[in-house]
Amino acid sequence: MNNELIDFVLVSVALLGIGIYGLSVKRNAIRMLFAVEIIINAANLNLVAFGRFIPNSGGQTLALFSIAIAAAEVAVGLSLIIVAYRMYQNIDIADFRSLKG
Amino acid sequence: MADATFLALSVITIGSAIAALEMRSLIYGSIALMGTLGGIAGFFLLLDSPFVAMFQLAVYVGSIAVLILFTVMLVKRELIFKKIEDKRRKFVGIALMLVFMIALGSIIMDSGIKSITTTEPAVDFRNIGADFLTYYWPALILMALILTGSVTGALVLARREDVEDEQRTD
Repeated sequence: MNNELIDFVLVSVALLGIGIYGLSVKRNAIRMLFAVEIIINAANLNLVAFGRFIPNSGGQTLALFSIAIAAAEVAVGLSLIIVAYRMYQNIDIADFRSLKG
Repeated sequence: MADATFLALSVITIGSAIAALEMRSLIYGSIALMGTLGGIAGFFLLLDSPFVAMFQLAVYVGSIAVLILFTVMLVKRELIFKKIEDKRRKFVGIALMLVFMIALGSIIMDSGIKSITTTEPAVDFRNIGADFLTYYWPALILMALILTGSVTGALVLARREDVEDEQRTD
């Protein structure tokens, strides 16, 4: 193992920063979903990295559960975006302020 | 010290994460997101966890990215290429990102994890399978129920009620 734990953690911090930037700047709903995905992946990377360096199988198990839950989250999020797009004909989240049918 | 594979992977991952958020077209953006997810799978391979890497490839690159791509194609053409953001907000966002990165990075660099290395062998993925079937089985069943519920909920949400079913009977 040539790499140290700190390298992986720093990559994960960089991904977290990019995700926070995307969540705070973008107003496109699909782009915000991209940012959420990037943050979730940074968390998974941290889990697996710490699990490798302890070493313990718990990190990998938790990462697997996290990936599966993220899949469910994306399915629901995308269908919400489609419903909102059908209502407002737009994917700008500033338009979703009055969420009524 | 990090080796060349690690550096290449981190450049690919971080670069395509920025590209996913900044590309003009949402379609290219989602393809760049695929690059980020694949890069994370590469990191998992570097961390000697091939099982999680394959899961990541199958679930993220294989299904989530394709799902996002199809959703993007359902949106109007003008909206795919339109950038909706204002300048001031963007600078504040970049400042927030830099503050987060520098603060968290310096905290981590000062902490004890800087010196952690390992010479121990990696966890065998057979142990993970055994864990799943012995210790974690209630969580596995719960996860299956959550997945079923969320996919059903997504189908119900995205269903159009104004379109009648036109099933042929003859």
